[in-house]
Amino acid sequence: MSLLKLTVSSLAVVAASAGVAAARDNIQTAGSSTVLPYATIVAEAFGENFDFPTPVVESGGSGAGRKKLCEGVGENTIDIANSSSRIKQSDIDLCAQNGVNEIMEVRIGYDGIVFASDIGGPDFAFTPADWFNALAAQIVVDGQVVANPNGRWNQVNPALPDQPILAFIPGTKHGTREVFDEKVIVAGCEESGAMEAFAAANGGDEDKAHDMCMALRTDGASVDIDGDYTETLSRIDANKNAIGVFGLSFYQNNTDKLKVATMSDVVPSVETIASGDYPVSRPLFFYVKMAHLDVIPGLQEYVEFFVSDEMAGPDGPLAAYGLVSDPELAATQDMIANRVPMGPLSN
Amino acid sequence: MTDATAPEAAPPEPGSLFAPDARTRRRNAAERRFRAYGLGAVILSILALVLLLTSVIGNGAGAFRQTFIAIPVTLDAAIVDPRGNRDIEEMKKVTTIGYGRQLEASMVAAVAAAGLQSEGISDKDIAGLLSKEAAAGLRNRVLADPELVGQTVEVRALANGRVDGFFKGRVTMESAALDSNITPEQLVLAQRLREAGLITIAFNPQFLFGPDASELRPEAAGLGVAILGSAYMMFIVLVLALPIGVAASIYLEEFAPKNRWTDLIEVNISNLAAVPSIVFGILGLAIFINFMGLPQSAPIVGGLVLTLMTLPTIIIATRASLKAVPPSIRDAALGVGASKMQAIFHHVLPLAMPGILTGTIIGLAQALGETAPLLLIGMVAFVREFPAAPPEGFFDPASALPVQVFNFTQRADPAFVERASGAIIVLLVFLVAMNTVAIILRRRFERRW
Repeated sequence: MSLLKLTVSSLAVVAASAGVAAARDNIQTAGSSTVLPYATIVAEAFGENFDFPTPVVESGGSGAGRKKLCEGVGENTIDIANSSSRIKQSDIDLCAQNGVNEIMEVRIGYDGIVFASDIGGPDFAFTPADWFNALAAQIVVDGQVVANPNGRWNQVNPALPDQPILAFIPGTKHGTREVFDEKVIVAGCEESGAMEAFAAANGGDEDKAHDMCMALRTDGASVDIDGDYTETLSRIDANKNAIGVFGLSFYQNNTDKLKVATMSDVVPSVETIASGDYPVSRPLFFYVKMAHLDVIPGLQEYVEFFVSDEMAGPDGPLAAYGLVSDPELAATQDMIANRVPMGPLSN
Repeated sequence: MTDATAPEAAPPEPGSLFAPDARTRRRNAAERRFRAYGLGAVILSILALVLLLTSVIGNGAGAFRQTFIAIPVTLDAAIVDPRGNRDIEEMKKVTTIGYGRQLEASMVAAVAAAGLQSEGISDKDIAGLLSKEAAAGLRNRVLADPELVGQTVEVRALANGRVDGFFKGRVTMESAALDSNITPEQLVLAQRLREAGLITIAFNPQFLFGPDASELRPEAAGLGVAILGSAYMMFIVLVLALPIGVAASIYLEEFAPKNRWTDLIEVNISNLAAVPSIVFGILGLAIFINFMGLPQSAPIVGGLVLTLMTLPTIIIATRASLKAVPPSIRDAALGVGASKMQAIFHHVLPLAMPGILTGTIIGLAQALGETAPLLLIGMVAFVREFPAAPPEGFFDPASALPVQVFNFTQRADPAFVERASGAIIVLLVFLVAMNTVAIILRRRFERRW
């Protein structure tokens, strides 16, 4: 019977192949699914134009990517973490604990968050206060803190269409949700004066008021989407009354299906986000493990290529896809050329 | 058994044997009802299958055919070799963006040469009909053969995803008017180019053999790396899980003493078969990557994880088929003086082979479609480099077929929907092929007593 032979030879194959496991020659990155499309565009162009292999780009979320980056130094750890929110002190501590001491922070540009509904529906012109009054669990009516009574958008603001409130917002694991909470819900809470009322109701406790602002209603008007924007899009397709939260680039690729809403009378676009007129935007980052810079071939070149004017500039392919180019790109390029590690977090 | 009825205790009621009495009618009606339920269940599952297949094939069949644009390109030395010394290293400095400009000029010239009106449409829009992949293809071609500089070459490149969608009916004039990535004027031009024969629709081998592509060029995305990665993993699973699984089952079934320990092992194997696959991924991350230091995103780790996942399936199937071999065969072998090992390897195992192979192939098919454990070991990734030939290739990053389906469905561009369904079709073809092999093997080696 050849069974024994088969076993022995297969084990031999595995053992032999373990011996040939050579030094890694490709760059490995992981992290935010918002940064993923940009990273794949750069990786693809990098593989085509340089003699290095195309980097491997994993998604999995900003937090997961940063955690992986901080697992340690060595060939079986990743080189770059893509992140749609800034690194946290807890990540830096974890890094330091695992011997990852020097990290380079690279800001690649800005990303807008847009509100869009089905192309056949009415036009919407929102303010952050509208969103707060539509989605918060408790709002202020005539000076009283009450459970949110609004069922239709025109109850929130008579200028809005007479349509039931139904919003698909990113789930809490998404970096986009953080921005939505801060720049829309909390901003709206302050704008509508509810923040003060909440603080007054809690004896001046502002943290408590902040939490009350961010508590969203749970009666089905606000639906958390844990999947990607494609899921939000198909949910809107199935329910034409809904409004969804998308990244600007996703909207730009689906302008034939979605109608975008204005925020504080500003239409979201690459220009209005770059000028700062459109309020709901955030910077996108990636973090480089500096100990790998001279170990993994092509890493320095990849990082330089990512933020080169050719790629991340206002006329580059990343801007064409929806990235809002960073006006301070030149400073970032200098920082990379000089290999400046990031300092301690300022706040 | 089925037609044996219990004799009735009471004396039979007088009446005709041909005209059924009330009780017989009731029993017959119950049987008819039950048949109807069964038939209904079968019809329902067939409907679900048909619905799934039509949706997948309807969406995905288009992925195998793609729109191509063929134009003559005169390679201007001023663009592709600015120093003019045909030195490869110098020429490599010209990026795909430079080649993009070259293609733009050629595309505009080709449109003009075809005598097509192109007012109200910029040069950039004309070049926009081409896939962004085209520049990379041209660059590789020139770098492979620098003699081409200065000559006119025929370039057959993929068309942009939206243009392709237009010919497949996904993009219409109305949607293009709203779409920021394409204009109706471009589609009109595309239609005219099609009539002029510059645009053709043909089978697209790149979908099966090419690597994945970024969001800017959905038309170029292919399954090559994923198919290769899946093949490597299946090979590793086969060479590891089959011998280990069969050896374990033979020992447990034929040699192991029946005591509390073997009972415990048996229960654990059955439980392992029901463990959610993501658990094996966590195990793989902890042991193979963090402890053993194997590389991330590599088929070797994927294969090892899937081996662990497949082992219980193979052990259970093998033990069942060993049990099904009649004891008389063992007894006869032992009776004529064979040792226990001879009896098993010469007589029992060959008879159990069809069952073992079927179990193995079903286990492999299950492993082929698995995504969850691969998520944790870094295989759910954008990988464009083909892994090398084995054994080195086992350690190179690769993707896998189900992972590619998952990746495609997450992309923003609507053209990826077609790609995802196309990838599902490829995956289904592999599964059907594997199951067919399982059936053929079972038929061929099956023995009856």
